[in-house]
Amino acid sequence: MDLSTLDPALQAACLLAVDPHGLGGLCLRGAAGPGRDGLLVRLRQALPPDTPWRRLPLQIDDERLLGGLDLGLSLAAGRPVAQAGLLAEAAGGVLVLPMAERVDAGLAARLAAALEPGASNLCVVALDEGQADEAPLPASLLERLALIASPPAGDLRAGLTGSSPASGLPLDLADARRRLPAIPYDDATVQALCGTAAALGLTSMRPPWQAWRAACAAAAIAGRDAVTQGDAELAARLVLAPRARTLPQAPAEPAAEPAPASEAPAPPEPDPPEPAAAEAASPEPDDGEPPAQDLQAQMIAATQAAIPAGLLDSLAGASGTAGAGRGRRGAAGQPAHSGRPLASRRGPLRTGSRLDLLATLRAAIPWQRLRGCERDQQGLGPAPTRLLLRRDDFHVKRYRRPEEATTVFVVDASGSQALNRLAEAKGAVELLLADCYVRRDRVALIAFRGSGAETLLAPTRSLVRARRSLSGLPGGGGTPLAAGIEAAWLLGRSLQSAQGGRAQLVFLTDARANIARDGSPGRPQAMQDALAAAQRLRAAGLASVLIDTSPRPQPAAMALAQAMAARYVPLPQGQAAEVYAAVSAAV
Amino acid sequence: MSTPYPFSAIVGQDEMKRAILIAAVEPAIGGLLVLGDRGTGKSTAVRGLAALLPKMRAVHGCRYHCDPAAAAHCEDCTRLKAGGRIKTEARPVPVVDLPLGASEDRVLGALDLERALSQGIKVFEPGLLARAHRGFLYIDEVNLLEDHLVDLLIDVAASGENVIEREGLSVRHPARFVLVGSGNPEEGELRPQLLDRFGLSVEVKTPTEIAQRVEVVRRRDAFERDPAGFSAQWAPADAKVRRQILQARGRLAELAVGDALLHRAAELCVAVGSDGLRGELTLMRAARALAALDGAPDVTLSHLRRIAVPALRHRLRRNPLDDTASGERIERAVAELWT
Repeated sequence: MDLSTLDPALQAACLLAVDPHGLGGLCLRGAAGPGRDGLLVRLRQALPPDTPWRRLPLQIDDERLLGGLDLGLSLAAGRPVAQAGLLAEAAGGVLVLPMAERVDAGLAARLAAALEPGASNLCVVALDEGQADEAPLPASLLERLALIASPPAGDLRAGLTGSSPASGLPLDLADARRRLPAIPYDDATVQALCGTAAALGLTSMRPPWQAWRAACAAAAIAGRDAVTQGDAELAARLVLAPRARTLPQAPAEPAAEPAPASEAPAPPEPDPPEPAAAEAASPEPDDGEPPAQDLQAQMIAATQAAIPAGLLDSLAGASGTAGAGRGRRGAAGQPAHSGRPLASRRGPLRTGSRLDLLATLRAAIPWQRLRGCERDQQGLGPAPTRLLLRRDDFHVKRYRRPEEATTVFVVDASGSQALNRLAEAKGAVELLLADCYVRRDRVALIAFRGSGAETLLAPTRSLVRARRSLSGLPGGGGTPLAAGIEAAWLLGRSLQSAQGGRAQLVFLTDARANIARDGSPGRPQAMQDALAAAQRLRAAGLASVLIDTSPRPQPAAMALAQAMAARYVPLPQGQAAEVYAAVSAAV
Repeated sequence: MSTPYPFSAIVGQDEMKRAILIAAVEPAIGGLLVLGDRGTGKSTAVRGLAALLPKMRAVHGCRYHCDPAAAAHCEDCTRLKAGGRIKTEARPVPVVDLPLGASEDRVLGALDLERALSQGIKVFEPGLLARAHRGFLYIDEVNLLEDHLVDLLIDVAASGENVIEREGLSVRHPARFVLVGSGNPEEGELRPQLLDRFGLSVEVKTPTEIAQRVEVVRRRDAFERDPAGFSAQWAPADAKVRRQILQARGRLAELAVGDALLHRAAELCVAVGSDGLRGELTLMRAARALAALDGAPDVTLSHLRRIAVPALRHRLRRNPLDDTASGERIERAVAELWT
């Protein structure tokens, strides 16, 4: 059966169904919809009939995930009652992780441990609905999921009627599963896969290995006894391409390979069916025994076509090698279990919360007589324990933890002032960074110029990344003040709500807006938009400082500061040290 | 649990492997920090090493699996020994994973709530530290771990004893383990105070040569197809490493470090400006362990030279905005001082 006629997501599902434990899992990136649901149904049908299939809710606690004692039941029964964890239930099967973009680092770490070879033999299907600007799945987990794909568009009719697609995958996979262990190791293919991974800037050793497993699975599905070029290309597209960090600098490869090269530039949209069409053509021309170099060049060309269009743009921005604070989200979302103690509060026992034994007993003691009577009335006989505790009695300790503060610099990088203003802002950010290093605070940098704003430095505490992205701060163009304020509002809001931290915005601008929110030039409209955005900022309750960098204090800047309820600091000859002093006074 | 990947079959990563061996020979070094990219075989190396170590004798029924021959006894052993003869059992050397987001209770151990509430008995429920006693405690992404947890861990790792004084409990139990922390410095940094507590620090990089990368995939493929066969193939090499460690442990006590060498170590620490005396101590301990591993009759300057970078790299006081890699600074100092 030919895999290459299928949609990439379906191909990935087929591969996963053949070798779930070897591949570790699949990350499906895209919105929920009939396409995704259909894919999951088909994947489930493709697996052997009795494979466990569990859904993992995000708010799962450790007891339920790893197994442990059921405290409520244990208390009622007067003896330990154990409950099996979800990981144990899903062993040997599939764990579906919806809303994967919201997974916190702790859960990701536990799942990653479960995916270690030999741990519990499960595979994870992560449904990542993250938008482009959201932090994706934590890297530690994503590393262990071999396949990354976007769900197919889906059949509208199936979505309407609510019926799942009638057939499973169009292939019979039981045969492939049998064939898989017999596929021999092929040095040339592995070499080409390793080379491709290196050309795409993948430093980790996992992707080449995962790609090799995927190639084996593809060969098994096709009914072959050895891995071919086509299998390897398919694997490279599904495993390596979505992780690409750099565009390969392939030396003169388009001339050598007529068929794939002509296809390669064709699909610029990240449209799933398009690459599928492209790859139908590619496996044919290579039948002989191409030397490893050729193999690799072809593979790179094939892979390149599958790199999503937006991916490298986003990489070229601020994100460096690791996405914005990947892996650290959620650290602040957990209830604090250390710090200055607050009064304990009635509440359920969850992971991360600690029982306040004294308060619990104090709550339970007044009711002992009554509870005893109640037991007698119900004819339950004498209690197994001296103390009759109920779930309601539990009091949980609470702590106050110093909030995580993030200072967001919003820098006007427009036109003539750009050069010296930027230098000052850079200097101030570096000074603050050195300070944050001691205080464990974070810093972010947004610059606006030309027609829009961009986040040059996502919230970070890492000096390495901060220095790198600061050095490449560009300048020039118009002043889209509204866009800058809006970007700051978005970032500040996400910092304060999603991660439970505190954001401090620092604007460095002369407030001479000349680009409106929709990108059209014109001063009055631009200023109006900026004021509207500023009011939104104020409504969100974000603390901000506005540093007026124009030679003489501007009424416009003052009005803007008022609109966003910011501290107004005129700094005509803004020196880095002065900006730093003004900001640290405000923070 | 299936067979772990054999330690000696790991391709390259010599600096990391050597550092892990040193930590296994001389636990007093105080842990190992591995900084670098993902997917470089950090956890594979730790697991592989623990698996090749011989099983340890432990007191049967002791929650902390103490060494029967150990002089200091935990409360379990004291109770068991009071009751007459103790039974021993053979256990594999533990490797305990500390997941990100673990609670203090789970790490340190806490009051066993279950029994406290249902039976009214005050019992200590051991945590991860107790489980890691005499083995390895592996923390992935240690730089993302909350600071107070790292504080705790490093304190216990240095003292070899876990002391719990809370919730009406007053428990102390032995917890000697080799702390292995890993992380990517791009995602966050450890406080300098914490960095200093780690004994050795190594930087790992993925092999850049294609041939080496191919070799990694080739061996992994062979392992995955036939774990038992692959392990058997590497068993002689693993056995050699095991012998090396055991012999080195025996030899460690006999090796003396001369005054001249101590002087040299101090000289280097002063030259690179490392804080405190921990640098010198680690340098000496690591050099001695390295000499023991090599089977050398005495500790020489060349051992010191080979261990200088991992022992001192993370101890330099630095300007947070200065970019020069610490390793280079030490190498330069070594080259100038000990020509």
